[in-house]
Amino acid sequence: MKIKLQPAVPFDREAINRVIEGQHGLHPDDHYLKPGRIPHIWCPGCGLGVALNTFINALKMTGIPVDRAAVVSGIGCTGRVAGYLNMDTYHTTHGRAIPFATGLALTRPDLSVTVFSGDGDLFAIGGNHFIHAARRNINLKVICVNNFNYGMTGGQVAPTTPVTARTTTTPYGNSEAAFNLPYLAHASGAVYVARWTTFHARQLVVSIAETLNIKGFTFIEVISPCPIGYGRPNKIGSGLEEMIYYKENSIVQNGADPREVDIALKGKIIVGKFSETPRPTFLEEYEEKILNKFRRKETQAA
Amino acid sequence: MSESGIISGEFFINGDEACAEGAIAAGCRFFAGYPITPATEIAERMARRLPQVQGICIQMEDEIASMAAILGASWGGVKSMTATSGPGFSLMMENIGLGMMTETPCVVVNIMRAGPSTGLPTLVGQGDVMQARWGSHGVYESIALCPSSPQEMFDLTVEAFNLSETYRLPVFVMGDELVGHMTEKVVIPPPEKIPRVSRRRPAEPPEQHLPFMGGEDWVPPMACAGEGYRLHVTGLTHDEMGYPQTVAQVHERTVRRLVDKIRRNRRRIIRTEAFCTEGAEVLVVAYGCTARTAREAVEILRLQGKKVGLLRLITLWPFPEEAVREAASGIKAFIVPEINYGQMAYEVERCAHGQTETVLLPLMGGAIHTPEMIIAAVKDVLP
Repeated sequence: MKIKLQPAVPFDREAINRVIEGQHGLHPDDHYLKPGRIPHIWCPGCGLGVALNTFINALKMTGIPVDRAAVVSGIGCTGRVAGYLNMDTYHTTHGRAIPFATGLALTRPDLSVTVFSGDGDLFAIGGNHFIHAARRNINLKVICVNNFNYGMTGGQVAPTTPVTARTTTTPYGNSEAAFNLPYLAHASGAVYVARWTTFHARQLVVSIAETLNIKGFTFIEVISPCPIGYGRPNKIGSGLEEMIYYKENSIVQNGADPREVDIALKGKIIVGKFSETPRPTFLEEYEEKILNKFRRKETQAA
Repeated sequence: MSESGIISGEFFINGDEACAEGAIAAGCRFFAGYPITPATEIAERMARRLPQVQGICIQMEDEIASMAAILGASWGGVKSMTATSGPGFSLMMENIGLGMMTETPCVVVNIMRAGPSTGLPTLVGQGDVMQARWGSHGVYESIALCPSSPQEMFDLTVEAFNLSETYRLPVFVMGDELVGHMTEKVVIPPPEKIPRVSRRRPAEPPEQHLPFMGGEDWVPPMACAGEGYRLHVTGLTHDEMGYPQTVAQVHERTVRRLVDKIRRNRRRIIRTEAFCTEGAEVLVVAYGCTARTAREAVEILRLQGKKVGLLRLITLWPFPEEAVREAASGIKAFIVPEINYGQMAYEVERCAHGQTETVLLPLMGGAIHTPEMIIAAVKDVLP
């Protein structure tokens, strides 16, 4: 057949350069932010800005240079975190951030690989990958921003939505039990498990920094406001009101038994560093038990 | 990584094992897979052999994860592969699309069995060849190679890596159960005789680099993780910077280049094999295990004085349009035996474009054509 192509609009590099020159460098954290990517797409009152900021502060605290760090995200509001960070960032398919990051972390063990994704992405469509990466103890720093719903698609029920909570797909209230994420992570083999809310920004920075400094599969749950998708239908209110709710209802309990940190609608939220159980990573075991067999032969031959 | 585990010489191995050796010879140092008949022997061989060359082999929780992991490994700068069969190939489609959109070099081997669904797990099929073209949603062009022997399982796996590194996309090796499980002599040349291509790297410093700007061949050079380029790699429609853009004009430009880099380079990619085509009045067009039967039929018919030839498709995608179109003039018919109910036959008929008749010889799977089936079809046209 004959093909009649419509003319394509060429890439205007100058226009992007003008945006970057006009905006980038004004904010003290711009070294950590990709040039020309701000403003972000998140709603007013969303907790993702706090989550992004605490990650940047944790990088500063640990001194890990941006060129030694990589971030992998799945799909959804939290999936957009990767795109704002000025390092190697990968925005993958829905639920598949962890297996993608597994390939990256195993081939580049010199890099600090963080998986930043949401509760729906990591625990519904990606649930299987989460438990297996935790079991294998892949050296990944998983930060799960839990806003109890699917925000990007407009507030549907998630595997973290508390019973009776209203979402657009549970208009009469949710009848399903929710995952207790720290318990799931701990049971699956995560070497570090913590939970904070976006109200606990400073504790969160310390927790993220701690995980960046240890090897293995770590898990931090970040409870975050979603005033549009979760706050409004459940009469929690605006982003600020949700932060006040966190302030008044959070109980810091480091070392709490992960089995007992379920979250009910408008209930108390137990936060803290729940467990740290070091063990060799997948790659350490693979190198020690498998690759070294052949390295030794080479050395002997030499 | 060490090269000491590299082997060369003559081996009596099956197609799956030859495929694994081809991958290692091509420089593959990361394999992620999930057991599935009839491709399991590839994973088993990789699990044994990759550590010998200081590579990593990991059995993932499913084929979705396997495909995702090899994309991540490729961005880690390591040549990577997975191998599966129909059901796993279906699961991989999602991240194959991510690989197409993010232009990630890697190799996906599909040892085809008969479907749909679980079908005939241990028996041959060729029903996935269109899936290799259209299986993931959206618009893209793919490269799929189709081996007809264990030796070609080796050779074409090497070539698949080289094509994937040259054009930056997941490349398919569409083997089938028969070729995968067939044991024959396989010659593995010494490493210096094996052509190996590695992805082009950016020549310019990070601040000047446009990670998704195609060059003269429409393929952008590739910076990998940890090299200071601070890339954003996304499955969203993105501009030349790699930044997401929900804009029709950007989609038109970006995805058009994904199509162009294959369509416009197709003459460098496409390979066919002509057997007894000179003066042929009927051409059998076949691929994979079916081409072996077709060759036997052509040999028998030629001894009987029938002017028959075989056009074997080594490259399934991009489809060898020019070769089929040129062959169509002056012949009485194309005969297309395939173990499905008509997939490549539609492409052949499209390229024949009314110049000649196309005869499909379908089999549903589980069994291969006999030479007699093809001979009978030819004799219908050339009594």
